[in-house]
Amino acid sequence: MVLQGNKKKDFGILSISCVVDVPYHYNAGFFVSRYLRELKENKRILGVKCPKCHKVYVPPRVVCSDCFLKMEEFVPVSDQGAVTGFTVVTVPYTNPNTGEPKKLPYTCAYIKLDGSDSNLMHCLEETDSKKIKTGMRVQAVFNDIRTGDHFTDIKYFKII
Amino acid sequence: MGKLTAIVGVGQTHHKSKNSECNGQELIGIAVRRALKSADISIKEIDAVVVANMDHFESINYVDMWSVLGFGGYKKPVMKVTTGGTSGSAVGHAGFYHVASGLFDIVLAIGWEQNSESDTTAAIVTHCEPFIERDFYGGAIGGLASQYSAYMDKYGATEEDAALVSVRDRCNAAINNPYAHLRQTISVKDVMNSRYIAYPLRLLHMCPRSDGACAVIFAEEKKAKKINKKPAWVLGVGSSHGATYLGDSIPFLGLKSLEKAARDAYKMAGITKPLKEIDVGELYLPSASAGVSWMESMGFCGEGGGPKFIRSGITDIDGDFPINPSGGVISTNCIGATGLIRIGEAALQVMGRAEKRQIEGAQVAMATGFGGCFWSDVTIISSKKKLR
Repeated sequence: MVLQGNKKKDFGILSISCVVDVPYHYNAGFFVSRYLRELKENKRILGVKCPKCHKVYVPPRVVCSDCFLKMEEFVPVSDQGAVTGFTVVTVPYTNPNTGEPKKLPYTCAYIKLDGSDSNLMHCLEETDSKKIKTGMRVQAVFNDIRTGDHFTDIKYFKII
Repeated sequence: MGKLTAIVGVGQTHHKSKNSECNGQELIGIAVRRALKSADISIKEIDAVVVANMDHFESINYVDMWSVLGFGGYKKPVMKVTTGGTSGSAVGHAGFYHVASGLFDIVLAIGWEQNSESDTTAAIVTHCEPFIERDFYGGAIGGLASQYSAYMDKYGATEEDAALVSVRDRCNAAINNPYAHLRQTISVKDVMNSRYIAYPLRLLHMCPRSDGACAVIFAEEKKAKKINKKPAWVLGVGSSHGATYLGDSIPFLGLKSLEKAARDAYKMAGITKPLKEIDVGELYLPSASAGVSWMESMGFCGEGGGPKFIRSGITDIDGDFPINPSGGVISTNCIGATGLIRIGEAALQVMGRAEKRQIEGAQVAMATGFGGCFWSDVTIISSKKKLR
């Protein structure tokens, strides 16, 4: 027997919605843990120094990607620095860290802190793109209540 | 250098924002059948398959198994390649490496994505380290926007310069490419009137997300000549990664990984003056801003020379150095397929089979891939077996 009605036009193609709630629990590792503890307890931003090229990286990480050497010398860097790139994000999307819609607008900024050679990604208090330029000096503003979380212990960077 | 390898067949779907008629396997099937038809061979002649997408976009694990229904790879060697935005260009390189190694004669490379099935930006953001960058990174859009704000401030480039790239690519797609997703002609005014999605990028500066698939067939020299009278020889490949933290990669002006990958591919192909020796570029420019600030990274102009280069019109379809006659990524972006489409389009150009988007007399074409933490792939393809 051959069934009739096998063409796409004979019936609608189905689609099925699937909302997935998949919790993750990540290990921060030694270097990031050290960084987060210092933010929480001492309001201090830590970097780590390469023994060969002497570059200071923020946040600290296990190896220098240029020299592939293990880094062990933690050094505090300034809470002030310069904006090296920024964007004011207005496109809606889901924050995968929380599963909630990302709160808009926000300014994602790359900040070269004094005493460091890399750029730290964080956010600026200012969300008017006309008032922001690369090269601007900014300072970290810490939250009074700190939980050991990079995203909230540094509340934002403000233009100085 | 391995065995001489050529592209002998290319197939792609008609890309769109939501392909509700197909599931992913059926979508792959369309591209594969079109590629086999263009090479005039059957799936039986394929020795191995490499397949690419970003598996967390559709949240389907073991795509190498799941997608067998789309390409008839049962009992064949199959390898999955997932490298983020470069998945498509990396799977093209994997196809090339499979053949150039001498272990396989004919290899099918497939890239695909059903972007309409999930929240693309949320999925992209998960490539960021969860404790330091994930909360602030605005996906590919945010990263590219930050890079261009730095380029604008340093070199005086403008939003209008990027708009010229949008207009070029969208008009090429609209007029010349029936496979492209967005096919409307636009003007600089349209771009500048569209809303910001991440300052300084506006909606019409940015690529869409598309549903689509592409398949490209690679073959070793003897079989290539038998299958295709005018195969597209792969003469150079280069691949280079950025750093893990985006803060280490992005704010740099230009794109360091592209600079390195291009240099390696030019060297392998014997190219010393890219602007003179390459006839057409199919470049993975995910945003119009990249079409300005990355030109110097491939050696097409000097440092900070992007705006002047684009304003000159040299990259228009009737210019001396046409870029993206297909309409590029700004017109079509089925992410796992996007890089492979660049390779496929570059091959069609040197085979003389690019139909309405054909650049007359194109003998050397360049294809690039971009993705993830600002890394790059470059492929040089030619109708000639060697350039020097």
